[in-house]
Amino acid sequence: MSKKTNTIISAVLLLALCAFVFLLEQILPSTHIALTVLKKSCIYALVAVSMNLLNGFTGLFSLGQAGFMLIGAYTYGVLTIPVEARASVYQYYDGGLIQFSVPVIVGLLAAGVVAAIFAWLIGLPVLRLKSDYLAIATLGFAEIIRAIFQWDKLGVITNGSNLLRKFPTFNSVLFPLIVCGICIAVMVLVIHSSYGRAFRAIRDDEVAAEAMGINLAKHKRMSFCISSFFAGIGGGLLAMYQTSIQASTFKSAMTYEILLIVVIGGLGSVTGSCLASFLYIACSEWWLRFLDTETYIGSFKVPLLRSGFRKVVFAVIVMIVVLFYRKGIMGDKEFSPARVYNWWKKKRGQKDAGKEEAAK
Amino acid sequence: MDFINRNLPYLLAGISVGGQYALIAIGYTMVYGILRLINFAHGDIFMVAALVLVYASASLPLYLSIPLTIVATVALGFLVERVAYKPLRSAPRMSVMISAIGVSYLLQNLALYVTGGLAQVVPSIPVISDTIKIGSATTKVVTVVTPILTIVLVVVLMQLINHTKIGMAMRAVADDFETSRLMGIKINSVISTTFMIGSFLAAIGALLYFTNYPSVVPTSGAMPGLKAFVAAVFGGIGSIPGAVIGAFIIGICENIIKGLGWTTFSDAFTFALLIVVLLVKPTGLFGEKATDKV
Repeated sequence: MSKKTNTIISAVLLLALCAFVFLLEQILPSTHIALTVLKKSCIYALVAVSMNLLNGFTGLFSLGQAGFMLIGAYTYGVLTIPVEARASVYQYYDGGLIQFSVPVIVGLLAAGVVAAIFAWLIGLPVLRLKSDYLAIATLGFAEIIRAIFQWDKLGVITNGSNLLRKFPTFNSVLFPLIVCGICIAVMVLVIHSSYGRAFRAIRDDEVAAEAMGINLAKHKRMSFCISSFFAGIGGGLLAMYQTSIQASTFKSAMTYEILLIVVIGGLGSVTGSCLASFLYIACSEWWLRFLDTETYIGSFKVPLLRSGFRKVVFAVIVMIVVLFYRKGIMGDKEFSPARVYNWWKKKRGQKDAGKEEAAK
Repeated sequence: MDFINRNLPYLLAGISVGGQYALIAIGYTMVYGILRLINFAHGDIFMVAALVLVYASASLPLYLSIPLTIVATVALGFLVERVAYKPLRSAPRMSVMISAIGVSYLLQNLALYVTGGLAQVVPSIPVISDTIKIGSATTKVVTVVTPILTIVLVVVLMQLINHTKIGMAMRAVADDFETSRLMGIKINSVISTTFMIGSFLAAIGALLYFTNYPSVVPTSGAMPGLKAFVAAVFGGIGSIPGAVIGAFIIGICENIIKGLGWTTFSDAFTFALLIVVLLVKPTGLFGEKATDKV
C-alpha cells in the first residue's frame, strides 16, 4: 500500500470518527456516560501523548506532568473568568488582581505558553540530571508548584486554596475532540521532523547522539518545553471538563495515572497512548463500574463486589501489563491502515500457503 | 534562649518525625544501593503496616498484634520483591521503576477497597503514647523513644552489615552485581533479605509515626515515603548513616518551618532541598562518587 493511500485512508477514518462522535451526541442524552467518557479520554489522550513525547520518544523519565497541567489549568481559569463573575469567585481577595478576561482559545494557548515557560525555567537545572534522579526532581517540582499555587499571599491571582470557577466550559464532545486532535497532530509532526529524530537518537543512546552532533541540552529542553506546552493545554481542557479548579487535585497520583496509561499504550506509540487512555477512562468510569456494586444472582451474593473493587481489579490488570506485556498494547509501533493491510495480507498468504501444502 | 523555648515543641516534633523518616529512609537507601531502584512502593508498605495494626488489634490484644504487624509487613516486602521486581531483573531500569509505581498504585487501591475509603484510627500503644513534659513543652513519650530506638536500630544494622556474612554479601552485591554473582553469592536471597530488613524498619517506623498521627488513609504513606527518599538522597544514597542524618535534618527543618507559620511550604521545602542537593552535590553528604563508563 502506498504512502498516499495510507494517508487518505487514515484521514477518512479520522473524519468517520468525528462524524460518529457527532452522531452519538445527537442520539444520546447529553448526560450519558459514553459522552463523559469520550470528553475525559480525549483530554487524557492529549496529556498521555505529551508525556509519551518526553518519556517514550526522548527517554527523559519525567514525573512532572501533573504540575504542568496545574499551571495550565490555573492560567486558563485565571484569564478566562468573566469580569462580572470575578467578584464572587475571588470573594476573599476583593475580586482579585486581574480585571480582564480573554477568549477561550487565547486562554488555552496562554495555558500552554505559561506551562512551557515554567518548563524552560525548571529545565535549566533539572535536565542536567539523569534517569531516576530526573524523575524524582520533576516530581518534586510538581509538588513545589502545587504549594506555590495554594499560597494565600498569591491569592489575588490564584485564589489561594479556594476553588476557581465560573470560567467558560464546553458542552459538546466535539470541542475537546478537535482541540486534542489538533494538538496531537502537531506533536506527531514534531515527532516526524528532524527534531523528533534527534529526540529518538537521544533516547536510544545519549553518547552516540552527542557524537553525531546533536546538541543534547538544546533538544532535551525543547522536548521538555513542547511536552509541557501540551500538558498545559491539557490542564486547561481538564479544568473546562471539571468546571472548577483546585490545586489539591493535581497530585502526583495524577502523574502516575497518566504514566500508567502511557505504559499500557506502549512507550513510544502515539496511537497506543490514545487507545490506552480511551480504554483506561472507559474501564474506570464505565465498563468496570459493575464491580463496585453489590450484585445478587438469584439469592446468591457475588463475593468481593463492593465499592472500590473496580480499582483493585484495575491495578491488577496494570501490574499484569507491566510485568508480562512490557510493551503495552502497541509497543513502539503505530496503528496505520497500511500496517493492518500488510498484516492481513501476510495472514492470508500464510493461509494460502497452508492450503497449497495440504493440496500437495 | 527565648527562640529555643518558643520553638521547643517544634524541635521535639522534628526530632521525632525525623527518626521515623530515618527508619523509612534506610529501606530506600538499601534497596537503591543494591538494585539502583527507587522503590516507590516503600511508602505504601509503611501505610499497610499501620492498616494491619488497625485490623489485627480489632480482634487481638496489642502484645500479639504488634508482632503480627511486623511479620506481615516483612512478608509483604518479600512478596513485593518476588512478584514485581524479580521478574524484571534484566529489564531496563525504567521498567522496574514503572513496576514500582504500579505496586504503589495496587497497594493504595487495595487499602482503599479494604477500608472502604474511611480513615482508620490506629490504636494508641500504651507507654509510648503517654504525655510527658520536657522543659516548657508537653509531648508524647514517643518523641523521646523514637530517636533512641532509631539510633539503636541503626547501630545494630551497621553491625549486621559490617560484621556478618549476609552483611558482607550485601556490600558485595551493592558494589558489583555481576562479580558477586560470579563469586557464588545468591543475589536473589541477598535482595530478599534487603527488602525484608527495609520492611521491618518501615513497620517499626509506622508504629511510631501513627502514634503521633493516629488516622491512616490509603495515601498516608505517599508523603512520608517521598520525604524519606529525599532524606536518603540528601544523606548520599546507599549510605545508611547518611540517610539517618538526612532524615533528622529534614524532620527538624520541616517542623521549624511549620513553627514559623509557613505550613503550606513545609512539603515544598523538602523538595527544594532535594533539587538543591541534586544540583550542588548529587552524591549527597556521604555518598560515594560513581563514574559512568561509556
